[in-house]
Amino acid sequence: MVMLQATDVIRRSASKVTTTPQQMPEVAKLIDVSKCIGCKACQAACLEWNDRREEVGVNSGSYQNPDDLTPATFTLMRFTEWVNPDGNLEWLIRKDGCMHCADPGCLKACPAPGAIVQYVNGIVDFVHENCIGCGYCIKGCPFNIPRISQVDSKAYKCTLCSDRVAVGQEPACAKACPTHAIVFGTKEAMLKHAQGRVTDLKSRGYQNAGIYDPPGVGGTHVVYVLHHADQPEIYAGLPKNPTISPIVELWKGMTKYAGLAAIATFGVLGFIHHAINGPNRVSDEDEASAKRLKERGI
Amino acid sequence: MPPAARQEQPITVDRYTAAARVNHWITAISLVLLAISGLSLFHPSLYFLSALFGGGAVVRWLHPWIGVVLFFSFSGLFIRFWKANLWVREDGTWMARLRDVLGAHDDKLPEVGKYNAGQKIVFWSMSAVIIVLISSGLVIWDQYFYGYTTIEQKRIAILIHAIVAIAAICVWIVHVYAAIWVRGTIRAMTRGSVTGGWAWRYHRKWLRELVGGAKKSG
Repeated sequence: MVMLQATDVIRRSASKVTTTPQQMPEVAKLIDVSKCIGCKACQAACLEWNDRREEVGVNSGSYQNPDDLTPATFTLMRFTEWVNPDGNLEWLIRKDGCMHCADPGCLKACPAPGAIVQYVNGIVDFVHENCIGCGYCIKGCPFNIPRISQVDSKAYKCTLCSDRVAVGQEPACAKACPTHAIVFGTKEAMLKHAQGRVTDLKSRGYQNAGIYDPPGVGGTHVVYVLHHADQPEIYAGLPKNPTISPIVELWKGMTKYAGLAAIATFGVLGFIHHAINGPNRVSDEDEASAKRLKERGI
Repeated sequence: MPPAARQEQPITVDRYTAAARVNHWITAISLVLLAISGLSLFHPSLYFLSALFGGGAVVRWLHPWIGVVLFFSFSGLFIRFWKANLWVREDGTWMARLRDVLGAHDDKLPEVGKYNAGQKIVFWSMSAVIIVLISSGLVIWDQYFYGYTTIEQKRIAILIHAIVAIAAICVWIVHVYAAIWVRGTIRAMTRGSVTGGWAWRYHRKWLRELVGGAKKSG
């Protein structure tokens, strides 16, 4: 396996990265939805590797369990029963989890220096010792991925097994997948592999098969092969063209600078006014007038 | 000023009761703590301010609670002072002569009651921004209210919260600056009284009312 490990950081929340990272190929995890059999081996492997335990939950009427991502469940098989235009039922199973955006909204929103980092290989990771549990990452994320733990008030999500990748191993989910629906490697290799899969799917009648590597977030380091790439929403609400919300961009962009400028302006105006005009003082005449008013009523 | 000219002690006028002053200072302390803790999460260059509270995680849980204290404390001030802050005719004239206000030509201004137009604007702006801040703050108080709103609503709330908080800080700067610039003002909130001359110069109508009321009851 090529050297994919990297601890060099190219982005760090609420801080500037000044070091020049060593050159390193970007990694990607390819999830071929058309090959997935919904066995949840990836989900189990994820819990196992990350030493998480999920609460015993309730059945929400589908194979999906738990019902949503949680602070322990970093990856979740989402099951959708989709009736296709021919009237046939298609069982769509999508492994949900962090997409490791090239332009991560969570990192942009995070106010805690170093709580979210992006490694040179593209992995976006939460550094829990720096996390303050504010939940801004949830607001920044275009995919609704991070979850705040009620136990330690810190944010959790898929790490793309950065600890495994750092020592030349593939993520636990990819290792556990029995059908090779999940594969891991350089992004270049994964896109090439995905292209082959798309060609294969098209030859078998899936005209709209395609790769999900949304450009709105600069591409992602988790890439899907979808048999219906023209409508990603049918896969349990996978957004068609995800971007960092313009509200978040405004909040973390203009507002930040204009806000501090406004405060500084008011402060400076005060100083200037005082410097020019001096204090506004009560004169002895004022005191005498007040006394006269009190004593004589004029 | 030679001491001889100051032989006579100026008369003093009560302006704020002890309860009103305590109420004010609880609000003031809360507002300053909120501004510092809020700014620490607002801009990375100010994150160091979170250390004053024991770190970002403490700011995260403490800031909303201080907000609750401020809301109730300010509500007390609102109930005390809203009537005196209703807009009256001379407030328009006062505002129209803002140049004289800023130039300290107080003799060219109309006689005003307990509060002048500037103070009233500060009062009503603060009331408005605090309503917006507590409402938007509850939406983003994830620890207790996460499930009640969508992520999109939280994004809008946090943007509003940030912008309006900046407005609140600007209003606060005006408030504090005015109190410093107009000498003899701060003692109204520390000792509870002002000199007669202060009342004569800045709030003559109020002083006349006080003197008139005292005459009538006396």
